[in-house]
Amino acid sequence: MAVYDRRYGPYEGRLTPRRTRFLVLPAYSYQEVFASKAFIVFLALWGVWALLVLPILIYLPHNLGALESIGLDPEALKGVFEINASKALGFFMIPSTIVAYLTALVLGPALISSDLRNNGLPLYLSRPFGRWEYVLGKSAVMLIMLSLVTWIPGMLLFLFQCYMGGWTWIKQYWSVGFGVFMTSWIWITLLCVISLAISAYVKWKPVARLSLILIFIVLPSIGQVINLILRTDWGSIIDMRGMVTIVGATLFGLPNNSAIPVPAAWLSILSFSAFCIVLMAKKIRAYEVVKS
Amino acid sequence: MNSVIELENLGVCFGRHQVLKHLTGSFSGRSIGLLGPNGAGKTTLLHCLLGFHPPTEGTARIFGRDILKDGTAIRELIGYMPERDAFVAGMSAVRLTRLMAELSGLPPRAALERAHEALYYVGLNEARYRKLESYSLGMKQMAKLAQAIVHGPRLLFLDEPTNGLDPPHRARMIKMIQEIRDSGKANLVISSHLLRDVEECCDEVLILKDGEIATYCNLEEERKANLRFIEIETQRGNAAFAEAVGNLGCEVAVLNDRKIKTVLPENIRIRDIYQVAADQNMQVRRLDYKRDSLQDIFLKAMGVSHGGV
Repeated sequence: MAVYDRRYGPYEGRLTPRRTRFLVLPAYSYQEVFASKAFIVFLALWGVWALLVLPILIYLPHNLGALESIGLDPEALKGVFEINASKALGFFMIPSTIVAYLTALVLGPALISSDLRNNGLPLYLSRPFGRWEYVLGKSAVMLIMLSLVTWIPGMLLFLFQCYMGGWTWIKQYWSVGFGVFMTSWIWITLLCVISLAISAYVKWKPVARLSLILIFIVLPSIGQVINLILRTDWGSIIDMRGMVTIVGATLFGLPNNSAIPVPAAWLSILSFSAFCIVLMAKKIRAYEVVKS
Repeated sequence: MNSVIELENLGVCFGRHQVLKHLTGSFSGRSIGLLGPNGAGKTTLLHCLLGFHPPTEGTARIFGRDILKDGTAIRELIGYMPERDAFVAGMSAVRLTRLMAELSGLPPRAALERAHEALYYVGLNEARYRKLESYSLGMKQMAKLAQAIVHGPRLLFLDEPTNGLDPPHRARMIKMIQEIRDSGKANLVISSHLLRDVEECCDEVLILKDGEIATYCNLEEERKANLRFIEIETQRGNAAFAEAVGNLGCEVAVLNDRKIKTVLPENIRIRDIYQVAADQNMQVRRLDYKRDSLQDIFLKAMGVSHGGV
């Protein structure tokens, strides 16, 4: 089917492996999202904090000469620079969850809605590309990007600290690495399924974005209202960010200060994720079937 | 000839409503037309073959592969042009077509090359860089065709390809469909309401009514057979003329004193009929091939009498 002869012709070249074809979707999504300079600046700022500032903060207490050369007393700052679970949470984990959430706000709303808005799904699903491959491809857009801002820099920092702190530190604080990895995955998976479910139902991008904001504001508020009316703490179980905080603290080896037990928090996260997946599965079809 | 599509007691239900009922048949035409009134099940049949709706009974085979077992492998061979608007918001035609080619398994470079070729082929030329939202209806139809053919499928499903097209765009679409058909490199299944489109593009026709096969006919054979049927209208009484035509070896039926119907044997040409008329000093007012048009076939299948239309 060469341009010059304008004739129909079959394609006879090699084909890409089927199992990796879902990665076509992230590639196309990233081309669009990285066209935004604001998004690149936002990522760059996070990169400076996570991959430049934090490594320096890890490095300084292991180089007393460097501290002295900038006019600081190493002995006085020893406790300040010591890396433990609370500091890992405060300096990296909490900011990284916020960055992941903001990234999800940018990426998530358009993921499926742009295909659904103009009946694009039959074009995908009429190819050797199933519904679950489609969902996997769209999820990969979120999971890869959110990994880049959460657990990947987190684990790099952890490995750097392991190298600097040696076995003594590792034996004492191995749960920091485990906590960073697991909490990041719980958070990004939750963000991913919520974003995709919203994107499947709300076709207008700004409204989808607003919905993603409201879920993390309205649900905790409803939880508080339930707590007040029923004089209980169980209303907070619908506050997903709160539930991830409870689970995350346990994974970091910190005590659970909430009235909600950890298994209940796990159950809440899993149920909410399953609910989002069911919603998504109902909507992601080549055609809507109206049952009589 | 190998079958392109085989239906084996195929049925599809949406809830309690049975949309397709016990469809059975084997179709091997280069270009198969799917005809039927609204709600007859044409689009549902295409969707079922594509795996969008699983059959509730029976099965179907495309190029000998079962749609229940080899759905993915079958979709590698198929290109689909949906009836409704179908595109991804914010994408240019070339980007969408390239994306679809890559999802069909073409490597990125080949996908880009084929996307440009397909869009050129359908006549979108420089417009291929524009966002699809800005396209006219005709251009969107062309873009849909381009994404359907970009990976060079062996079987093309075209659902109402001329929907909403003005006459020049329609003519262009029909010409492209005929070119693809005549290239012999792809089989086509064309679902349409428009009998003329099907008549121009298809060599086999499957007519559906209420989810069942009302008629299946081979248009090529019908055309060949019907070419020998002729209706002649003369100026005045025609008994002698009818006898003379009969003497040529033709079967003749006298309809009234001015009209006769005849079946021409292979060795008799129209010219011979005119010669007989000249010899009889008979003025021929009209001479028609009295073949069944697709409209006649369709109306018969729908159970509508000719006089009622």
